[in-house]
Amino acid sequence: MSKRRPYVRPMAGWWRKNPFFIEYMIHEGTALFVAAYALVLLAGLVCLALGEAAWNGWLGAMKHPLVILFHLVTLAMIAYHSWTWFKIMPKTMPPVVIGGKRLSAAMITGGGLAAVALASLLALGLFWGMTR
Amino acid sequence: MAEKTITIKVLRYNPEQDQAPVFQAYQVPFSDDMSVLQALLFIKDELDETLSFRWSCRMAICGSCGMMINGNPKLSCKTFLRDIYPETVRVEALNHFPIERDLVVVMDDFIDKLERIQPYIIPAAPRSLAQGEYLQTPAQLEKYEQFSSCINCLLCYAACPQYGLNPEFIGPGALALLHRYNADSRDGASAQRMELVAAEEGVFNCTAVGYCSEVCPKHVDPANAVNQNKTTAAGNYFMSFLKPRGTSK
Ligand code: SF4
Ligand code: FES
Repeated sequence: MSKRRPYVRPMAGWWRKNPFFIEYMIHEGTALFVAAYALVLLAGLVCLALGEAAWNGWLGAMKHPLVILFHLVTLAMIAYHSWTWFKIMPKTMPPVVIGGKRLSAAMITGGGLAAVALASLLALGLFWGMTR
Repeated sequence: MAEKTITIKVLRYNPEQDQAPVFQAYQVPFSDDMSVLQALLFIKDELDETLSFRWSCRMAICGSCGMMINGNPKLSCKTFLRDIYPETVRVEALNHFPIERDLVVVMDDFIDKLERIQPYIIPAAPRSLAQGEYLQTPAQLEKYEQFSSCINCLLCYAACPQYGLNPEFIGPGALALLHRYNADSRDGASAQRMELVAAEEGVFNCTAVGYCSEVCPKHVDPANAVNQNKTTAAGNYFMSFLKPRGTSK
């Protein structure tokens, strides 16, 4: 009779056992804020379609201190999400070869973050111009 | 002056006696140039010959000495006591694999997966001796070279929670090797291997945790191989709608 009795260790609580996994779970969790904010914007769009009263109602709701707090929290969460997303981006794409040299991971991450910063500034500038 | 020592806590499991693994602590003389593997060898030679673990080359080449060291998958021959001292060194069998005994894991599952990816060159058309060797440009070599450095150490499997949760998943190391052959200009079997890539147990189990690439001692970047193949598999899927029926493959 075989004396073998391989022991299988449980997986429960796996993500709490390594800082790398905790960061991964936070990254995944912050995606919920991205989704939540898309819903807020969608609600605004629906109100706009429903007419002036609904639109003004939505605008009023956006000025509530709790909603402003929600915006600040969401901004922080989305910033964290983008940062960790661009950090893993080099691992997810085929090598980019420019002029016979392979683009480094840091360049790809940096490029992605720069693009986000630029797009945010552009959107902010546009919005500023429209409301003045 | 008293000799410096370091505490090594090893997760022991003897299938003939133990219901579950338990830690056992040993005091080992410490010196600056000692690896964790050397500490284990000291224990086996001087303190407790019943301790079981795998090793061979002692120089990060054979891939046999992978274990969890203070919670992270490491090659024990490439991990030095000086980087942990004066903390205790905690050594466990590689995560996500069944423990055979002490630090020895059952790796049959990985060997089976390795066979399934056909890790050898399958030429599109057989080549006669008279035709001579295959020629490859440096650019063609570069496409797969990094993925050919894998030493089958399984650290990436111990770093992959998706493999731990679902052992059906082909997993990072074998998929990196699969990519190594598919990306080789001499190979002609990528269509066969892509079936496995796109299958239930294939690349879409990966949620881009990315820890596999962090722990790989050979800079293979298995996460990159897996994620490149997600794009290829998805591309093939959509392209299959554009082809006339009955001509796929
Ligand atoms: S990809 Fe790296 S970590 Fe995984 S088995 Fe190969 S050498 Fe080891
Ligand atoms: S003993 Fe060969 S890799 Fe460590």
